[in-house]
Amino acid sequence: MVIAQHTLFEQATVLMAALVVFASFLMLAQRRLFSLIHLFAAQGLLLAFTTALVAYILNYPHLYISALLTLALKGVLLPWMLRGLVIRLDMHREVDSPLYPSVVMAAAASLLLFSYYVALPIAHLSTLATKNTIAISLAVVLLGMLLMISRRQALAHVIGFMSIENGLFFAAVVSTYGMPMVIELGIAFDVLVAAVIFGVFFFHIHSSIDSLDVDRLNRLSEVEE
Amino acid sequence: MAWLLAILETLLFIGGAPLLAGWIKWLKCHLQNRKAPSLLQPYRNLFKLFGKQPVIAQHASWLFDAAPYVVFAATVLAATIVPLIAVHLPASAMADVIVLVGFFALARFFLVLAGMDIGTAFGGMGSSREMTISSLAEPAMLMAVFTLAMSASTTNLSTAIDFILDNGLVLRPSFIFALVALAMVAVAENGRIPVDNPATHLELTMIHEAMILEYSGRWLALIEWAGQIRLMVYAVLIANIFFPWGIAETSHFEALAFGGLAIFLKLALLAVALAVSETVIAKMRVFRYQEYLGFAYLLSLLGMLSHIILEAGS
Repeated sequence: MVIAQHTLFEQATVLMAALVVFASFLMLAQRRLFSLIHLFAAQGLLLAFTTALVAYILNYPHLYISALLTLALKGVLLPWMLRGLVIRLDMHREVDSPLYPSVVMAAAASLLLFSYYVALPIAHLSTLATKNTIAISLAVVLLGMLLMISRRQALAHVIGFMSIENGLFFAAVVSTYGMPMVIELGIAFDVLVAAVIFGVFFFHIHSSIDSLDVDRLNRLSEVEE
Repeated sequence: MAWLLAILETLLFIGGAPLLAGWIKWLKCHLQNRKAPSLLQPYRNLFKLFGKQPVIAQHASWLFDAAPYVVFAATVLAATIVPLIAVHLPASAMADVIVLVGFFALARFFLVLAGMDIGTAFGGMGSSREMTISSLAEPAMLMAVFTLAMSASTTNLSTAIDFILDNGLVLRPSFIFALVALAMVAVAENGRIPVDNPATHLELTMIHEAMILEYSGRWLALIEWAGQIRLMVYAVLIANIFFPWGIAETSHFEALAFGGLAIFLKLALLAVALAVSETVIAKMRVFRYQEYLGFAYLLSLLGMLSHIILEAGS
């Protein structure tokens, strides 16, 4: 067996990868907005933990900083902001389920297989112990897109978008062992700014159509019919 | 010698199952602030039922008489396959885990037929629900088993346990998914909360009790005993596959005694987990079973995929 040859810490990284993609699956199945936000926070925490783990394995001190940054931003700050938005827009009882949950889950499983197939040549070239996690991070990106496609609530779209970013970050951490600090800081602030702007947009959408259901945007027209 | 040990192990299974059921009940009672019956109460119940004269309906066919014996025999045979305190016994070398699933399916098939045999409304309802649940649970269970089989390259339980013991502590994502999936399936198949409530005869949502409502006397005792053995088989399966440490690999007396002690402690701990989850979780609506078991299937599918993607290497 291949996995048995790795050290315990490398195995833990692989386990974290599986849990990250599992969190994505759970997000797809989740109906309540609050639970969705909590799962997003859990994925952020897992990411932070993975980053710290990689930092420990390789003894890269600068990765600790990015782990802390991830923890603060994706594990605490962003979920807290989104939660505040949900409470202020009075949406915590709203249920947003995909039209065909089982079809979405089947699609998600096939996306995972697809990303494995796509990442296979990359994994062949790589010499890293955690090379197969590239497929996992690609799957997290694709599952985030699927989350955006299958939902109607604008808030779920934002969480899907952020989880795409989670996937990219995960790819950076496990395949190249982190990005340069400048880029990481830049992305972190981008995400933060995006969250603020999304919040403003939410208020605008909510005040004009009295809901965050984006399907209703199709009904807007200039002339009264 | 080895055969003797295998028979002894099976007898331990049959004799220990009511104790496990009593222990779970004792824990649940204490968690719910009730006064608990004695740990030996299941034995007393069985003894009492064996002494009673069974009453059967006028229209019952031979199938109704035969079903309890078939159910009990199939469950006992299933118990012989699962290594309890020692691996490499001849009984577990003969059959693999797919046979185990087959034995359970056989027992369930006869129980379902017996439920419909008398023709009462409850029996038919329970039977149809049981079949619905098992048709959803069995794929999930087999998928979890296949995940295990892919790692260990075998479906034989003894060999698989050996493989895990040889490798030592390896964090396999696929095993964790398979463990959770198997635990969910075990809960569903044994009719525990959140799928079925084992403590009641009075709910319209009951499944297992609805099927055996017409049984009495020694037949009821056999079916209840079989149910307790099945619960223990699932518990031992989970305990010994995923946490095999302590199981006897040789047939020395010390190793066997240690193996017995280890499985005793493992089952006691597992029962605590079951009792806590039954106290914390409420029973589900019938129409949500499909979601619950679909989730179990998704977990075992993820387990298999993560085995292929993350563990097998290229």
